[in-house]
Amino acid sequence: MTLSVFYFLAFLSILSALMVVISKNPVHSVLYLIICFFSIAGHYVLLNAQFLAAVHVIVYAGAIMVLFLYVIMMLNLNADVEPHKAKWLKVAATVSGGLLMIVMVGALRQSELPVAGADSSIGSINNLGLVLFRQFALPFEISSILFLATMVGAVMLGKKEIH
Amino acid sequence: MNTTLFIFNSIPLSYYILLSSLLFGIGVLGVLFRRNAIIIFMCIELMLNAVNLLLTAFSTYYSDAGGQVFVFFIMAVAAAEVAVGLAILTMIFRNTGSVDIDFLNKLKW
Repeated sequence: MTLSVFYFLAFLSILSALMVVISKNPVHSVLYLIICFFSIAGHYVLLNAQFLAAVHVIVYAGAIMVLFLYVIMMLNLNADVEPHKAKWLKVAATVSGGLLMIVMVGALRQSELPVAGADSSIGSINNLGLVLFRQFALPFEISSILFLATMVGAVMLGKKEIH
Repeated sequence: MNTTLFIFNSIPLSYYILLSSLLFGIGVLGVLFRRNAIIIFMCIELMLNAVNLLLTAFSTYYSDAGGQVFVFFIMAVAAAEVAVGLAILTMIFRNTGSVDIDFLNKLKW
């Protein structure tokens, strides 16, 4: 049962990831990427990381992909204005990407990993909150500074020059 | 407790390693394959997600919450990166009228 759910989610995520690369229309690419992110959230639930699954759906599907979709629609990109690489460059990209995949799969296929412990409370929001605010309190605060800098930077970049 | 043990028994960790490496490879393929800067950006997000999935899998299989906290931070940094990156892309579009990366070759050797 669990294994068949895993196979379904893995198939869905790989297929939609491929469709992101293949589809001609950028809006379709974004929609396929949203499907891919939802299936990855399903993997998180399968891995007993419910908090991460919720955060993943909120941050990725809710914020990042809306931003992508908004920018693509604002710039009015569609299949007609989509730039394409030359044929031989596409073939070269496919060959080199496929070779990378073959090397990684071939190297990791036989990996035997001992599995330690079985604690299902790891991914709960209770446990993660304790770890986040005790061990990782300083990085958490620093990330807020990062967000402030990002916010100011994005507004400054997006602003029209005033002369 | 039971569900976790069930996962350990039915899905080997190497399946997650394979899935993550495939997703990462597809992301690399997309970066090489496309010319639209926004699609390339999306493929970078795909690669980040492959790494996130692997970190979560290791964290669950080894009962270490640190991995999931790392994933949380990676998500935060990815959100920040996307905000700034899309602002830059909008500026590029405003100045060149296109998001084709082949036009941006002034710094190319």
